[in-house]
Amino acid sequence: MDALTRRRFLLASGVVAGGALAAGVGGMGLAELLRTAAADPSAAARTKKLVLVTLYGGNDGLNTVVPYAESVYHAARPELAYDAGKVLHLNDALGLNPVMRGMKRLWDEKRMAIVLGVGYPKPDRSHFKSMDIWQTASPVEPVTTGWLGRWLDGTNASPEAAVSFEPVLPPVLAGETRAGSCVNVGGMELPPGITVDMVAALGQSEPGEPELQARAAGAYRDLLRVEGLVRGAEQHQTSASPASEEAEVLTTGPGTRSVLETQLALVTRCIEAGVPTQVYSVSLDGFDTHAMERAGHESLLSRLDRALSAFVTRMARTEAGRQVTVVVYSEFGRRVRANASQGTDHGTAGPVFVLGPEVAGGFYGEQPSLADLDDGDLKVTTDFRDVFGTVLTSVLGADPDRYVGGGYRTKPLPLLAAG
Amino acid sequence: MSDGIDLLLRRAGFGATAVELSAARQAGYDAALSALVAPPGPDVGAMSAPIPNLGPDAYAGKRDLTYEEKVKLEDLRTAQTEQITQWWLNRMTVASHQAVEKLVFFWHGHWATSVKKVRSPQLMLQQHRTLRSAPDFKAMSRKMVTDAALNHYLDGHLNTRQAPNENLARELFELFVLGIGQYTEKDIKEAGRALTGWRFSLTKGSSVFDPRAHDAGSKNILGRRGHFAADSLVELLLTQDACPRFIAARLWYRYGSATEAIPGRLQDKMVQAFPKPLDMLRALFGDEAFHATGGTMVKQPVEWFVGAMRQLGLRPSNLPPETRKRVLRDLESLGQLPFAPPNVGGWPAGGAWLTSAAAQVRLRLAGTLAEHVSVSSLTPENLAYLLCVERWTNRTYNVLRGTQDRRLLLILGLVSPDYLVT
Repeated sequence: MDALTRRRFLLASGVVAGGALAAGVGGMGLAELLRTAAADPSAAARTKKLVLVTLYGGNDGLNTVVPYAESVYHAARPELAYDAGKVLHLNDALGLNPVMRGMKRLWDEKRMAIVLGVGYPKPDRSHFKSMDIWQTASPVEPVTTGWLGRWLDGTNASPEAAVSFEPVLPPVLAGETRAGSCVNVGGMELPPGITVDMVAALGQSEPGEPELQARAAGAYRDLLRVEGLVRGAEQHQTSASPASEEAEVLTTGPGTRSVLETQLALVTRCIEAGVPTQVYSVSLDGFDTHAMERAGHESLLSRLDRALSAFVTRMARTEAGRQVTVVVYSEFGRRVRANASQGTDHGTAGPVFVLGPEVAGGFYGEQPSLADLDDGDLKVTTDFRDVFGTVLTSVLGADPDRYVGGGYRTKPLPLLAAG
Repeated sequence: MSDGIDLLLRRAGFGATAVELSAARQAGYDAALSALVAPPGPDVGAMSAPIPNLGPDAYAGKRDLTYEEKVKLEDLRTAQTEQITQWWLNRMTVASHQAVEKLVFFWHGHWATSVKKVRSPQLMLQQHRTLRSAPDFKAMSRKMVTDAALNHYLDGHLNTRQAPNENLARELFELFVLGIGQYTEKDIKEAGRALTGWRFSLTKGSSVFDPRAHDAGSKNILGRRGHFAADSLVELLLTQDACPRFIAARLWYRYGSATEAIPGRLQDKMVQAFPKPLDMLRALFGDEAFHATGGTMVKQPVEWFVGAMRQLGLRPSNLPPETRKRVLRDLESLGQLPFAPPNVGGWPAGGAWLTSAAAQVRLRLAGTLAEHVSVSSLTPENLAYLLCVERWTNRTYNVLRGTQDRRLLLILGLVSPDYLVT
């Protein structure tokens, strides 16, 4: 019942990019981001890019990639289990949740990989703790930087190298001296009577004023840059008529679009405009399904399915888009056995999805056995650091062991066709 | 030129009113400082905001609940959490003894515990009473080491002889009493054993000791061997030289500068005043190093909000219920809600508050406050007086000069970079 949201996690996380923010990086406008595009669009088009999708709340992996052939699965959660005839078969043991038709198509096209049983040793069942572990890639001791933040540090990355379309910077993008940029998708609402000109005037810096005061002024300038872009984009959208279902994913206005679709629409625009960003962080929350799980979980999965399948299909059309790899993870799976409220409680291992035009589709790792549980929970078969390590090597061209950290030796997976 | 009294009042409390600032100027720096750190008589302003009585925890004595029953109890807890959060914001605003009141908030950030994990507003309020009533740091530490909310927050209830959990022990050393680098991993392990056996009881609203879960064996901590338990462990920590130096540095971080280290000479002076925090603050505010820190700190969202309420003559408790809810949502968006620090390290300081996302929320919240202010006329000059801003920058003055509308003037003043930095 503790309705954990992405926002609350972000606010509650131990990693706040204090150091990096104090060093003057952080908020940046989408307009400014798009302005970085012009320099060398062909270079940007050839650069590999990562889109990291975080599912906040702990996704029920067993009802996402369903072990439909196992009787234990049906016995442990009679109200929640899916019949073998309903799931979208991936092989003779596993199938996708019935609502995930778009991702099934990507699977059939060999553009989706599923890494099975992903987690870390000694699972922590606190949302906050476990999400911190995934984002910092440090299961043993808490650290103040995210694994991508350390990559930003190590490569002396520019502010646009990593972008989050979330209200608060996610810890994964917080480094010691660098941090990803945070771009607000919602646009700006001013109190009645307060004009953009007034805010712009407050954003002017004053000669000789204290540094922090100048930074406070700078925040208003950033705010306006985002506003300018979102407005411009909305006008652009209404004048263009959506030609196909996939074109709709570009709509940025609030309304029927899910948060994830809106965020991915902005990612699409940045990638197609040739922005040199290499890492995008987006998210969907609400996966903490302790009660009455089935309907809510299906609704979340279908939103995920719609947004991702449209995005990946669109990416395949352009050279810049073909460089994109999408990684979808959650802080933990859920327990095998349903609870008394037709929901599931916090568990351990879960599947990680890797999608993209260049991804070598198929299963990786091993599905945890339902017969050999650890106190009612799935045993982890793949360390999540191997997945992130693969991303560092194959997408970002970086030394994985340097950025995963903690002395962990990553074991790369052949997830990308071109390696 | 500034006499430093405005800086003193801004840092020691949540934001002095124009009247308080004039009175302090009349009295002079030393008298104003004394009035802050050793206020005479009872806190008259705070009398209108006594600590609420919530009754027992929603779950006290309850078991075998249905889903629907749990939803109801969770709703009750959420409402009570809102109630105590609003109460505290109100208390900060109405308190006459501003330095005493702000110090309670400092200690909350120091022994950072969040209701988001603890869940029980009763346990949070119990901890709040402890922080508020402790006469000095030693007395506070003795109580906090077995505080129910803190133990719950740091998994103390999972720390048993059979399965030790070091979480509380580690933070006790690192964040609460000694500071990082003053101990070894072995010390933490042994201290974890000393702290075994404490659980919290929702029915009692406090911690209970279970001797069966306690490791009564001998431990070796900081070079001393003994059958340490929670009380003797905390005594050992309090006698370390690192302890008063650490507390002095933490006070400097929040009241002096979050970027410049505490000057050694001032630290020595503050150590002399340990364990009495207000005496340590007297040393801090009386030191010349303090006067050089103007313009180097960003107001935390709670400071900004409470200071604005005070200066505008508003009381959180007088706002309509819907507005009060909006205020809490906006403070959460700004990243600072009392009783809900982001992690055991407490809230960040400095530039971390100055994001563009926060700028938007601040505009909205300033707009909300301005709706409730009644002033007959306002100019940029008397707005500066009202908000105790010594002098507007040319930038801000030019913006303010552009409007006659009182509400707009208030909003622009409250969100101006000049007002955000202290």
